[in-house]
Amino acid sequence: MAVSGVILLLFVIGHLVGNLQIFAHPDVINKYAHFLQNLGPGLWAVRLILLGAVVAHIWAAVELTLENRRALPERYEADDTIQASYASRTMRISGFIVLAFILFHLAHFTVQIVDTEYRDLYTKTVDGMVVHDVHTMMVKGFQNLWISGFYIIAVGLLSVHLRHGIASMFQSIGWRNAKIAVPLDKASIGLSILYFAGNAAIPLAILAGIVS
Amino acid sequence: MDLTLRVWRQKDRNSPGRLVEYDAKDIDPDMSFLEMLDVVNERLISREEHPIAFDHDCREGICGACSATINGIPHGPERATTVCQLHMRHFKDGDVLTIEPFRARAFPVIRDLMVDRSAFDRIVESGGYVSVRTGSAPEANTLPIPKDVAERAMDAASCIGCGACVAACKNASAMLFVAAKASQLNGLPQGKPEKDRRVLDMVASMDEAGFGNCTNQYECSAVCPKSISEDFIAQLNREYLVASIKQRFARK
Repeated sequence: MAVSGVILLLFVIGHLVGNLQIFAHPDVINKYAHFLQNLGPGLWAVRLILLGAVVAHIWAAVELTLENRRALPERYEADDTIQASYASRTMRISGFIVLAFILFHLAHFTVQIVDTEYRDLYTKTVDGMVVHDVHTMMVKGFQNLWISGFYIIAVGLLSVHLRHGIASMFQSIGWRNAKIAVPLDKASIGLSILYFAGNAAIPLAILAGIVS
Repeated sequence: MDLTLRVWRQKDRNSPGRLVEYDAKDIDPDMSFLEMLDVVNERLISREEHPIAFDHDCREGICGACSATINGIPHGPERATTVCQLHMRHFKDGDVLTIEPFRARAFPVIRDLMVDRSAFDRIVESGGYVSVRTGSAPEANTLPIPKDVAERAMDAASCIGCGACVAACKNASAMLFVAAKASQLNGLPQGKPEKDRRVLDMVASMDEAGFGNCTNQYECSAVCPKSISEDFIAQLNREYLVASIKQRFARK
């Protein structure tokens, strides 16, 4: 759980940083996308690692859930919680919705079957390179209120998921003690909020017409 | 004070149980929770009904025998307190208290509020021992142990094995108990020879008993009557990781 989680965490942070280039000149993100698309075997290696991490993460979650259900066949009539965070108690549901979103997100922007016109978007950069116009694709995609709404909800749930996940992975591999518990928890909350703010800024800026 | 109790009554391991409501009138606020149950039981006996079965022994918070979940919280609402040391003044007149046994597949109900916690004994048997030299007793202070190391071992050793950690866990995991029992020995020189084997065997024994997995929510240390920290779980995770890697590369 922790090992696959850390791979996925590093990816989502990298993905966000890459996407924030939308706020720069269109050439910046288009050239970045062009670079990624032309990595060849490197691109597929990264895709396979990510796929492996997603499969491992889900497999571990299913196994943990089944074992934990078996361990507690009869729950309390009067159930109560003392300090377990909301995020920690909703990991399964937030995970499920994020998974559904990832599948849609891949169909939308990577495979481009939601709107096949994205495949024919090409543009010429200032220095004359012909590249896939990712900038226009993102703007068109997020101008749809439903898509933007789903996107914001999903990154919100992913942030909640990370709020428990980030602090939790340190405990699972034994890198946590009383001294770092509080800073670790705060860092986990801070990073999750930053992650949400960064991600939500993209569709909001597009809907508001700041990025076009 | 007058209370309403909803108590889990279950004839034996194989019978289904259910909550039964009892009135507990004229309860002295200075009574302990178990004394309150004693009073209720006396009244039940005088009406020729079966008294509520519950575990208890020292009644001073050090033996780990008492166990009951009150309104969903093992050992009740007071922090760092066993149910025998919980006093009725912490409740209000007219309160409705739901009293259930510690719940976990590994802790089957024997009767009413009594559960079988022998799974803990099997975990301790699997690794809770140290090698000692036979013959004459060693000179005291032969082994220098830094104060902080000794303190940490004592913190872990304060576990009374009551099982509240399991009862509070959303997954009925015994990680806090196992972590405490392993850490009280692993940090000390006397416990070093068996350290890796202890960690692997105790975790295997815990899994075999049917406890769940830790999801790092720390409900265990919140209810622990001895306030044992989840730090020991991190230590156990670390030691388990190291021990399993060492075992993989060990010469057969």
